[in-house]
Amino acid sequence: MKKIWAIVWKDIIIELRTKELFSSMFVFALLIILIFSFTFGFSVEFIPVAAPGILWVAFTFAGVLGLSRSFAIEKEWNSILGLLISPIDRSYIFLGKMIGNMIFVFIVEAIILQIFVLFFNYNLFVNLPSLLLVILLGTVGFVSVGTLFSAMAVNTKLREVLLPVLLFPIIVPVIVSSVKLIGVILSGKPIAKAGSSLQILILFDIIFLVICTVIFEYVIEE
Amino acid sequence: MESTEFDIIAEGVTKSFGNIQALYGIDLGVRKGEFLTVFGPNGAGKTTLIKLLATLAKPTSGRLIVANHDIKKEPNRVRGLIGVISHEPYLYGNLSALENIRFFASLYGVSQAEEKAVDLIKRVGLESRMHDLVRTFSRGMQQRLAVARAIIHEPKILLLDEPYTGLDQHGGRIFGDLLRWLKSQNRTIIMTTHSLTEGLGISDKVAILDNGKIIYESDADGVEIARFKEIYFEIIKA
Repeated sequence: MKKIWAIVWKDIIIELRTKELFSSMFVFALLIILIFSFTFGFSVEFIPVAAPGILWVAFTFAGVLGLSRSFAIEKEWNSILGLLISPIDRSYIFLGKMIGNMIFVFIVEAIILQIFVLFFNYNLFVNLPSLLLVILLGTVGFVSVGTLFSAMAVNTKLREVLLPVLLFPIIVPVIVSSVKLIGVILSGKPIAKAGSSLQILILFDIIFLVICTVIFEYVIEE
Repeated sequence: MESTEFDIIAEGVTKSFGNIQALYGIDLGVRKGEFLTVFGPNGAGKTTLIKLLATLAKPTSGRLIVANHDIKKEPNRVRGLIGVISHEPYLYGNLSALENIRFFASLYGVSQAEEKAVDLIKRVGLESRMHDLVRTFSRGMQQRLAVARAIIHEPKILLLDEPYTGLDQHGGRIFGDLLRWLKSQNRTIIMTTHSLTEGLGISDKVAILDNGKIIYESDADGVEIARFKEIYFEIIKA
């Protein structure tokens, strides 16, 4: 566990110094919300319907920017080889990088929620625990797959292009389920009204977290 | 070869990347405390050999034993016993020297990491820059810090892949002094280089790798640099 946290700590310190991930994710998310706010104006009737989609577009597109940098910092001085020659299980490296990415994406998501409230003048926080639960589950699925593909894409010339191309088709169930669930939450209905979306989200998280942790070893070697 | 006598044993090791064969049937033995330098031109397979020993790649066939552990079966055991210094420092530019060494110490589960990291940074002559970000260091300073990174867990075996690359004369001399210090600690060392003068002076044993094959192997004692250069150029010309 200490080794996983060492990797998380290292990524946080580097990010605090460079602010590479935050600045790109934050500016991009801000632009998305701004564009949507101009598109929908202040038409209050559209917001409950459009808000879940707008939020997840902002979360995932901004998140992809951060994820693509996640392994790029390991390649700058080939520091990834320093990790790979140390006697730690490859799955620990994956979990360390994934937890670091989750922290960064959560912080950006928290800021996006505030910006959304500010721009649309709409209270998202009517059922805050449920909203946070769905965002947490959606982010776990999105970031676990994204961290794996970020490691895969980092050795290719087209990594910025390749990551979203690989990632988005796989995370469609996460986005669709999360959008449905947030829609239900914002309409004030109980979360059970979203059908099997919550189960799909939980199942996706468990399956892909396990798969990504196991196959990371094969992705990162040679 | 007796595994009690040797720290590194390669038996018929081959490595291919798709259709490209990088190593052909490498047989090699490095005794405990011995310093072997493997010379060879670019593309000879030197880096591939170090990558295999460092567990960064797996042999296509053959057996590779490091400190009595098969690298295919027990890669993590091997990783705990080796230190790797390459032409790239494997450090983080946006961490300070101390943060870098402390980070790698934690990956190796080193006890009293802080004290050991400070001691090593002093030993490699970077005490005054301990808290500076590594990206502000010269190439020579980065390479000295890479030595500290590689030995923070006190490995008995060191693998050096073209460690002099990019060092100026002054940096090369300081690094050479560090290498002699590492050798004096009775560590088993394999170094690859294409620089004949730097390698020959410090080695107990030399080998020439060309086109993925060990063509020449000899004790370094009594080998004159001029004669060795003749042998080397004859081999790589053939």
